[in-house]
Amino acid sequence: MSPGRHLTTLVLLALGALAVPAHAATIQIVMENLVVSPAEVSAKVGDTIEWINKDVLAHTATAKNGDFDVTIAPKKTVTSVLSKAGTVDYFCRYHPNMKAVLKIAP
Amino acid sequence: MFVRLSIAVAALSLLGSAALAQGAKPTDPQIAHIAYTAGVIDINAAKQAESKASSKEVKAFAQDMARDHEAVNKQALDLVKKLKVTPEDNDTSKTLSKQAADKLAELGKLKGAEYDKAYIANEVAYHKAVNSALETQLIPSASNPELKSLLQTGLKLFQGHQQHAEHVAASLK
Repeated sequence: MSPGRHLTTLVLLALGALAVPAHAATIQIVMENLVVSPAEVSAKVGDTIEWINKDVLAHTATAKNGDFDVTIAPKKTVTSVLSKAGTVDYFCRYHPNMKAVLKIAP
Repeated sequence: MFVRLSIAVAALSLLGSAALAQGAKPTDPQIAHIAYTAGVIDINAAKQAESKASSKEVKAFAQDMARDHEAVNKQALDLVKKLKVTPEDNDTSKTLSKQAADKLAELGKLKGAEYDKAYIANEVAYHKAVNSALETQLIPSASNPELKSLLQTGLKLFQGHQQHAEHVAASLK
């Protein structure tokens, strides 16, 4: 294999890795009895969050900085993909005592 | 305003002691009836507020109350059905309903910002009274663990409502 060919392979591999992050994970965050757990979650851009609402009450996951606002109907699960890095404090608009943190790495 | 509020609070505390004055611990069918009645009262107050309130924040609060209390009451109905318990009317439920009907009529006469303030002040006082009744009387008296657990979830929810109401009340000043 010529050095040039080798380089091309490497570049293609790198591009592939960029297009499909090998480690995109699915993370579950549960809302039950008016508590969000885990209260602190570390994730990466591209990861999927499964918001699981086990209560009979509607909840939201609303970012303080406006990055996301997800409404989860009673006994439903909603998924969303993280698109922006940052440490985001979020709460439920209907039950402001429900608070948690999402640490999103780039 | 202050006079009216203190009368309302006095009436609610009387109500708490009236409930306690019965002496005997309320039974599960009575507790279920009291809890359900307390929910219906707040739903009715919320429905009135949804049509009468002028502040956007007060309206949104009323919508939250209607949604949450309807959900909890539905859960309570499902539970009593499952447990084959028939909620039993009692003096506490009757006093609560009578008091609430009077309050609804009184609030019905108010308009605009005056109504908003009076509704929210009553929501603060009402949730306080209900939470204290749950904590000191209903939860300790409940014998079925599922009923107890539903009341405990209710308490947590209504404490949140009380804080929310206090927050809205402060913003109206």
